[in-house]
Amino acid sequence: MNDTAIRVRGLRKSYRDTVAVADLDLDVHRGETLAVLGPNGAGKSTTVEILSAQRPRDGGAVTVLGTDPADADRRFRSRVGIVSQNASDLLELTVGEVVRHFAAYYPSPRDPDKVIAEVGLTDQSNRKIRQLSGGQRRRVDVALGVVGNPELLFLDEPTTGFDPEARRQFWDLIRSLAADGTTTLLTTHYLDEAEALADRIAVIAAGRIRAAGTVADLVDDREATVSWRDGRRTTTAPTALVAELGDAYQGEIPDLAVTRRSLEDAYLRLIGQEVNA
Amino acid sequence: MSMPNAMALGAHRGSIELKQFFRERASVVFTFTFPALLLLLLGSIFDGDVSRGGVTGGQVLTASFAAAGIVSTSFVNLGSALAVERDDGTLKRLRALPMPPVSFFLGKIVLVVVAGLAELALLLAIGAVMFDLPLLHDPVSWFTMAWLFVLGVTACSLLGIAASSLARSARSAGAITMVPYTVLLFISGVYIPHQALPGWMADLGAVFPIKWLAQGFRAALLPDHMAELEPAGRWELDRVAIVLALWCAGGLVLCLTTFRWRSSLTR
Repeated sequence: MNDTAIRVRGLRKSYRDTVAVADLDLDVHRGETLAVLGPNGAGKSTTVEILSAQRPRDGGAVTVLGTDPADADRRFRSRVGIVSQNASDLLELTVGEVVRHFAAYYPSPRDPDKVIAEVGLTDQSNRKIRQLSGGQRRRVDVALGVVGNPELLFLDEPTTGFDPEARRQFWDLIRSLAADGTTTLLTTHYLDEAEALADRIAVIAAGRIRAAGTVADLVDDREATVSWRDGRRTTTAPTALVAELGDAYQGEIPDLAVTRRSLEDAYLRLIGQEVNA
Repeated sequence: MSMPNAMALGAHRGSIELKQFFRERASVVFTFTFPALLLLLLGSIFDGDVSRGGVTGGQVLTASFAAAGIVSTSFVNLGSALAVERDDGTLKRLRALPMPPVSFFLGKIVLVVVAGLAELALLLAIGAVMFDLPLLHDPVSWFTMAWLFVLGVTACSLLGIAASSLARSARSAGAITMVPYTVLLFISGVYIPHQALPGWMADLGAVFPIKWLAQGFRAALLPDHMAELEPAGRWELDRVAIVLALWCAGGLVLCLTTFRWRSSLTR
């Protein structure tokens, strides 16, 4: 067993005339949380579905937990947890019934009641899924994704449609799950979500990974921009520039601001929508 | 670590399927109580029609509706449920689980058998209470009903699974099963006796399983002289068994060739 949970080389997938994934390379290390960040239609869900053995691929080499997902058997599926988009099923069952039922599929599941407590639904345990809010239903999805005690968890746009407070709470839940060593692959189109949850970020656009690394790697913060009332300059030595300006103005520099490139700038540049600053 | 047993998982699936079915008010009304309601209505309207030997219209209708009830809880129920489940993410979620497909189908079998038996019991109870249909007269009658139930549920479940693949979304799920079901009830001698149908319509109905299933239940539940009213003037139980068995085989082939876990619309 090596320290690579997922290794993808040259992955391709098309739907009729549309190319969804074009020559995609990706590595996910054991124990890390990797966010695949990209706009809608970039190929995030297709990639997750191929890696989690829910969809066949057209080409490329894929190894997930040492197995090719195209040959996924029950044992492989029992080691992987999946939280997909847009499920609206199981409405007539209660939270407790569903989580306990799903636990039965796995050889060494987690305690359903503990899982329900972890996702914060203990008080709703006897309520039908139909009676839950959107955010609570998503928590059920997460509970079903982790009740099998997976080594690898896929989260496909888990907070789309959440209000800000629900997102924050949800992030805490994901962090606590990731903290116990579960390898997590998360897709999102929210920059702040990727930044808040991931050890590393892979930016995807038009079916290809454009860059992958930590936020610092992606942002490349060697340069900063100094702007003031009468000018604006990008430099690798902003402190010296500010000192120089201080002497020139003999005191306060009017409207002084020193900014570094944000993840947003880097992201927009990577997905090919450069900001016109 | 060993994987959970496929049979045990099938039993789990069965209990979950039953909970979902009986809690979903629409499905209970649609496929479960609707045949009983129609039997109450039609039976009460035509109960005055008494044929030879004192057999009433309500009693004949009860026998024919036993067939309708089986088709409703197997074909209509499974066909529309699967189309909905393909659309709402149920099948996608289940397919991603470490679940052998056989467990899923075992669960569906548990559902149609339990719902079908309950439906049959409800219809026969209505026949006995409302229309004085004698029930416990003959062990042979119960044996006939038993094999009719097995063959009928099997054929209609397989056809329902196959039909579900024709529905493009959950919205067309009801139509894809309810339309053929309702049409067949008219041309198979359930709502309206064979003698009243145009010849071509009765011939068309005789291609499909409902006509034979209904004939079989009339053979099981009505006195033997009533066989004269059947198209062939006999109960033709051998033929009933053959036609239903052929539909089982055909339905199985259709299922194996058409069943999909995914909706074509979700790519």
